Amino acid sequence: MPAKGEVLIQVKNLQKAFGDHEVLKGINTEIREGEVVAIVGPSGCGKSTFLRSLNLLEVPTGGQILFEGVDITDKSVNINKMREKIGMVFQQFNLFPNMTVKDNIMLAPTRLKVMSKEEASKKADELLKRIGLSEKADARPQQLSGGQQQRIAIVRSLAMNPDVMLFDEPTSALDPEMVGEVLSLMKDLAESGMTMIIVTHEMGFAREVADRVMFINDGVIQEENTPQEFFTNPQHPRLKEFLSKVL
Amino acid sequence: MSFEYSRKSALRLFLFVLAVFLCISIVATPAAAAEEQTFTEKFYQNFIEDDRYKYLVTGLQNTLIITVFSLIMGLVLGALIAIVRTVHDMKGKLKLLNLVARGYLTVIRGTPVLIQLLIIYFVIFASVDIALVPVAIVAFGLNSAAYIAEIIRAGINAVPKGQFEAGSSLGLPFAITMITIILPQAIKNILPALCNEGIVLLKETSVSGYIGLIDLTKGGDIIRSQTYEAFMPYIAVALIYLTVVVVLTHFVKKLEVKLNAS
Repeated sequence: MPAKGEVLIQVKNLQKAFGDHEVLKGINTEIREGEVVAIVGPSGCGKSTFLRSLNLLEVPTGGQILFEGVDITDKSVNINKMREKIGMVFQQFNLFPNMTVKDNIMLAPTRLKVMSKEEASKKADELLKRIGLSEKADARPQQLSGGQQQRIAIVRSLAMNPDVMLFDEPTSALDPEMVGEVLSLMKDLAESGMTMIIVTHEMGFAREVADRVMFINDGVIQEENTPQEFFTNPQHPRLKEFLSKVL
Repeated sequence: MSFEYSRKSALRLFLFVLAVFLCISIVATPAAAAEEQTFTEKFYQNFIEDDRYKYLVTGLQNTLIITVFSLIMGLVLGALIAIVRTVHDMKGKLKLLNLVARGYLTVIRGTPVLIQLLIIYFVIFASVDIALVPVAIVAFGLNSAAYIAEIIRAGINAVPKGQFEAGSSLGLPFAITMITIILPQAIKNILPALCNEGIVLLKETSVSGYIGLIDLTKGGDIIRSQTYEAFMPYIAVALIYLTVVVVLTHFVKKLEVKLNAS
């Protein structure tokens, strides 16, 4: 696989258990700068848990996650500072319904004093223009379609200028006709050099956009490879079975 | 539309109840042989003679003062308890404070408010020379804090978890996420229940007479003890409570509509 930039995230023997139920049983991998990694696998395999561990929305029960060299599982690390650099997009968009679209985008940059109000406003205008939703700046999220909401959720994360973007099944809650607009924004983002980790069921997208595809099953990475090899020449029997069902 | 209708119908119902009360009071005026009194005479005797209406005015004043200030106290204290409980549930911190809060809720919600009032007046403030109204405010404030705390906590819990996660994932600290994202949404869940609590509280203050305080109920009771006539003063008291509650409900509903629109 193409070695892109420096190692951005290093995951060492990551484990997560909910009570007695072990979801992640030792995940080891590296994410490099500018890399686009797609994570696929059957439901309940732990792929979302893995993604949510990367910004500590799920607190791991074992192992380490080094983000830009800092072990974020260390309790003395200010996780909020780290999260400023790790954007996340959710299946359910999670826009804030109590504020306008533009305020959604400006909230974090202004509250965290990364930008002045004017800078944040300018940034928000730019981002909205980029996704062609400038006229929705003063609308409420609930007045928009799912596709529009998800694109705004993406630029809301981008407003913080993150070093990596995590996507947790970003198109799974969308009407089929709205999947395209979200995927095309994500593709633009990938082409602009953003480091992206995407949990997805969109195999076509994974194949086209990802630099590497990862198959998680039973709480471990059972196989990872370039999309070409991954889809045309799967090795692990479980992956073969999975692909035969979804392709 | 449907809301508009329900508000009107609530008003109509209120007027209907009022009319029924008046009818009953006229019809039910006992025709006890000897000194048969007309409705007007009774009204005069119960409310006008010796300025007896003043018992109701003073009583209503005290009832409203106690309700408003104990609600404010309950809100402040209840919010603090809710914060402790929420922080504990979400972050696993404040273990000791949470234990104290839970104990408080158990005791307050597990005992009648009248007993709490009596204990506060006759035990806690026994040796202190203090006016009655502040004692009642403290008692009802401490009581409603327990209920308000759970109302606020439930309101916060009803906001989808994803909202909190979205705030966190942007790097927003717990407090900022709470203040800018969660609480504004929780208010909509909290307000109706809070209004209910206010109404319950208003009615609960009717036991204030037990510590010798002249609230609305006690005011009516004093009139009865002077005129030996129970019907008029008690019905008047009931109607005043009812009016206050209906007016309050009306305004809170208006506020709710405003909140929902925003």
